[in-house]
Amino acid sequence: MKYMLMMHARMGKGDWEIFNWPAQDIKAHIDFMQRLNKELRDAGELVGGEGLTGPGQARLVRAGNDGRPLTDGVFPETKEFLAGYWIIEVDRPERAYEVAGKASTAPGPGGKPLNMDIEVREVMSCSPVEV
Amino acid sequence: MKSPSLDSRAESLLRELAPQVLGRVVGRYGDFAAAEDAVQEALIAAAVQWPRDGLPENPRGWLIEVASRRMTDHWRSEAARRRREEAAARDALLHPAARVADAEEAEPGDDTLLLLFICCHPSLTTPSAVALTLRAVGGLTTAEIANAFLVPEATMAQRISRAKETIRSSGVALRMPTREERARRLNAVLHTLYLIYSEGYTSSVGPTLHRTDLSSEAIRLVRALHEILPDDAEVAALLALMLLTDARRPARTDANGELVPLDEQDRTLWNKELIAEGVALVSAALPKGPVGPYQIQAAIAAIHDEAARFEETDWPQILAFYQLLERLSNNPIVSLNRIVATAMVQGPKAGLDALDVLAADARLKGHYRLDAVRAHLLEKAGDREAAVAHYRKAAARTSSVPERNYLVTRAARLA
Repeated sequence: MKYMLMMHARMGKGDWEIFNWPAQDIKAHIDFMQRLNKELRDAGELVGGEGLTGPGQARLVRAGNDGRPLTDGVFPETKEFLAGYWIIEVDRPERAYEVAGKASTAPGPGGKPLNMDIEVREVMSCSPVEV
Repeated sequence: MKSPSLDSRAESLLRELAPQVLGRVVGRYGDFAAAEDAVQEALIAAAVQWPRDGLPENPRGWLIEVASRRMTDHWRSEAARRRREEAAARDALLHPAARVADAEEAEPGDDTLLLLFICCHPSLTTPSAVALTLRAVGGLTTAEIANAFLVPEATMAQRISRAKETIRSSGVALRMPTREERARRLNAVLHTLYLIYSEGYTSSVGPTLHRTDLSSEAIRLVRALHEILPDDAEVAALLALMLLTDARRPARTDANGELVPLDEQDRTLWNKELIAEGVALVSAALPKGPVGPYQIQAAIAAIHDEAARFEETDWPQILAFYQLLERLSNNPIVSLNRIVATAMVQGPKAGLDALDVLAADARLKGHYRLDAVRAHLLEKAGDREAAVAHYRKAAARTSSVPERNYLVTRAARLA
């Protein structure tokens, strides 16, 4: 079974909070993520994943009535934003929650765990069981 | 000039012999990863030499000997001795026939069986056991396996190498299980092969086209296992179950790839040869005893397959088999199937009552099949509104795209 883990990070002033951290804390955070990725890769569980650029560059695109795209800019009222995601393949949901739990503890300012929200969603598959 | 017929003969022979040779070399030297490399090299040497020079008199012995030489190379630490061994190995490549005597000690099937026991060891996670079995026993490439499971090749390569590492570090004995542990270990093998089959048993259209190969591969592996253990009733029954299930594949999806339920399938599309073979296998297996879960499931599949029309299905017999299976397996999904059979025999009301009892089982909490079965029985009982609600609830909970499409369509038809 495959799961998508979506990391919801707190927004800062128009962008990621992390941009305002001291250099050493940023480094500790990045190191943590790289270690986690390596662990998942080495276990043969990592199917894919990416980090995303800051919300300051995010655009919402929606077609208008004439079919032409309308875009929307920064979203100041949003407190959390998708910062990145992983897709992992595991043999039971508990393992996905375990990975998410670990990702949630990524260090923030002063090395304190961020306890971020990690949304865990099972990816739909094409293998039906008998009906 | 290469003879193409010898090429393809050599190729299928190599595929058949590879797990036997790997099983033998692992059993003899006890290092799974090194043994796999050694066998790989022997297979490459054979693929080059056999079409050119003709098949050796004893191809299996030839491969075991060449791979063993590679293993010996692997273990030598001194450069000089290694050089000498390489010369000997080259010699063996040229004149292997003289060295094959000990390859005949054991049945070749024992080697394949040993390999299956190792690859499906309970210390491995399910995805690892599945991947390792397909790689080492099935001879699929890492890319093929990755493709079948829709993961990147690097991920699959890592999963396979991690599985070998687990085998190495967890001290999994690279020998035949003892008599006491044999049944449990064989169960793990059958379960892994069954999972490979189910993974492939899916819609044959669109992006999932290649996945049907997994079903064929599982059938091929169980067939090989059945040849090794012809008297094991559960092995024969698993082969029967796969054949009887596979027989319905052509009718199982419509032109758009959507699922067609059993009662609406065009039974003239079912594969009669597979049904005949499956029925013969399970009929021969059942009296052998002791009765096991695959025998019961195969028997149920046979009853379905032997009904020319859905209305002719022998539901009382299916119900009896599910009750037996339920006692053996203590699996709530089996209980759900038993309830479907109960409803077919005693009517939807009896099924719904039984479902209320089963719904208390914590293991089924939030499981979409509970809602799917309830929806189905409510529909039969004529309660359309409640049926629609439960079809939709089930659709929201399943993780399978074809199931979801089926359930929402069912709800839409009634709403």
